[in-house]
Amino acid sequence: MLEIQSLECVRDDRLLFSGLSFTVAEAQVLQIEGPNGSGKTSLLRIICGLRQAEAGKVLWQGESITASREDYYANMVYIGHLPCIKGDLTVLENVRALLDTRSLSLSTTEIEGALAKVGLATYEDVQGKALSSGQRRRILLAFVELSRAKLWILDEPLTALDVQGVALMESMILDHKRAGGSVVFTTHHGMQLDCEMSSVQLGRKARLQGVE
Amino acid sequence: MLKAYYHLLVRDLRLALRNRHELANPLIFFVLVVTLFPLAVTPTSEALRAMAPGVIWVSALLAVLLSLDRLFKQDYDDGSLDQLMLSPNPLMILVLAKVSAHWLLTGLPLVIIAPLLGLFMSLPSEAVTVLIYSLLLGTPVLSLVGAIGVSLTVAVNRGGVLLSLIILPLYIPILIFGANAVDVASDGLPVTGQLLFLGAVLALALSLAPLATSVALRITAAR
Amino acid sequence: MWKWIQRFSSPKYFYSMSAPLITWFSIAALLTGLYGLYLGLFVAPPDYQQGESYRIIFIHVPAAWMSLFIYMVMAVSAAIGIIWQIRLADMVAAASAPIGASFAFLALVTGALWGKPMWGAYWVWDARLTSELILLFLYLGYMALQSAIEDQRSADKASGLLAIVGVVNIPIIHYSVEWWNTLHQGATVAKFDKPSMHIDMLIPLLLMAVAFKLLYAALVLVRARNEALYRDRNRRWVRELIEKL
Repeated sequence: MLEIQSLECVRDDRLLFSGLSFTVAEAQVLQIEGPNGSGKTSLLRIICGLRQAEAGKVLWQGESITASREDYYANMVYIGHLPCIKGDLTVLENVRALLDTRSLSLSTTEIEGALAKVGLATYEDVQGKALSSGQRRRILLAFVELSRAKLWILDEPLTALDVQGVALMESMILDHKRAGGSVVFTTHHGMQLDCEMSSVQLGRKARLQGVE
Repeated sequence: MLKAYYHLLVRDLRLALRNRHELANPLIFFVLVVTLFPLAVTPTSEALRAMAPGVIWVSALLAVLLSLDRLFKQDYDDGSLDQLMLSPNPLMILVLAKVSAHWLLTGLPLVIIAPLLGLFMSLPSEAVTVLIYSLLLGTPVLSLVGAIGVSLTVAVNRGGVLLSLIILPLYIPILIFGANAVDVASDGLPVTGQLLFLGAVLALALSLAPLATSVALRITAAR
Repeated sequence: MWKWIQRFSSPKYFYSMSAPLITWFSIAALLTGLYGLYLGLFVAPPDYQQGESYRIIFIHVPAAWMSLFIYMVMAVSAAIGIIWQIRLADMVAAASAPIGASFAFLALVTGALWGKPMWGAYWVWDARLTSELILLFLYLGYMALQSAIEDQRSADKASGLLAIVGVVNIPIIHYSVEWWNTLHQGATVAKFDKPSMHIDMLIPLLLMAVAFKLLYAALVLVRARNEALYRDRNRRWVRELIEKL
């Protein structure tokens, strides 16, 4: 489904990784591991096409993601460090605004169902600024749930989540895998996933550049 | 695609309406700056009339410049910009939606308040009509070209002065033709040429600026 | 073909090949410049209207040409850098900006000095001088943006895009300033260019233009080499270079 071919990433003169290749198949859960500053976020942003790699390719269904952009973005969802939540919009409007970027118009019942699932039932009309940071992250979980994407790219999805939130994320990932979807994620919190899982290790190779 | 444009436009308008107090700021700034000039000179009606086109247009330029910040800053800070760029829809359409919202919220109010300023500056009524036309054609260009500048500087800390440095030189043609149209009109001469020029620049900006802005946003996001 | 371009545009290759070019360009610039100045200052006849003071055009006009020319070079290399990801092109663009700004500044100063005897004032809002001033602002904006963004790659791309936007705007700015000027000052301001220039004036003018181009070539190579060294300071080829010292 997703194929990473010999990626190289340089940031602020440091070579974060090079020659990085791996594939993500259907129903595969992949964790990107590595210490702080090893380039996990940069890697995810490259996979999303938000950042350009120094060298290498990212292929979606055998085509480069710039060529298959429309299809790729319709089937991929990304959540990063930032909450993407507008304080002046209600929870429902926030979810709608996020879904609008994907041109999905879902019924209010469907959205409310997802909000109930992430523990935000009865919060539909509360403004974003009244929410705690954990609740904001939960809105993102509802967005991921509703996105209809086959590939989830999650950068530190457990940030600010409480114990139930972590459990929720875990069960969401398992359900997604069971339905044939794929997940690429990073985390510093222990995620207890009761399934087959692969991982990519980004080493402490972050060093001064030794390349030509 | 039209739906994507419409949804984003509505979202931005809704966000702005929830912050009504901020909405009026550029407008108040515009009126305030224009008010400063008569206070700085002897306000005879001839003197005011002579400097009115320039004063009003320069103030409009500055008012738009100061409001450009809200075009992308919030979306950049809370991560929504990433989501926009990951949309399957063409980024240009989304840029156009955001610019349209910006114009409706800042450019259009300037156009509406302009007759009042014409009154302040003792402009004859024909000149006021032309002032409205010229602002109507010119302010969208200010938003469009400004969008390129903001998308390049939105990630820079304290990018405000930098933004004016890179954007103001690009605003000069609009200033020249906009102010001149009003100037000529207050002498009772025809201004079709000036307005056509403004229209041509608007067409050019409409076709190129969203493209440049989306390239600029990609550059900014890649950081 | 692509491999070939990449090889020749690698900063390392550029660094090793450009050293002798600098010497040749400098010598050529010096010789042409001296000869041009000699012809311009001593051989060319005095102007029948302006006497001797017109001779400043042998600096002013080529400097103004150069400021525009360098902006074009900058925008084209920035476009190459953005589209084909060639780092050398980004370096050339970044290296060109201060040189172009200096030429624009030189054109403005010489224009003002020339204006004093001609118009009785150092500064009048002449169309060309005004355009030149705006061009200087475009350069300054480019340089400000370049230095404000910390990540080198984004700095190059962002300022490069600004240069391209500037190039699209230059004709519009030029046209509108020209038009504004004819409205406000009309024929009272003498034009800088003469439709039929005496051949003895034209030759030194062209010589000076060539000399300035050569000077730019030498300067941009020096600056681009420095950029290459600085940006690649952690790469192997620069380290090896330092170890050899």
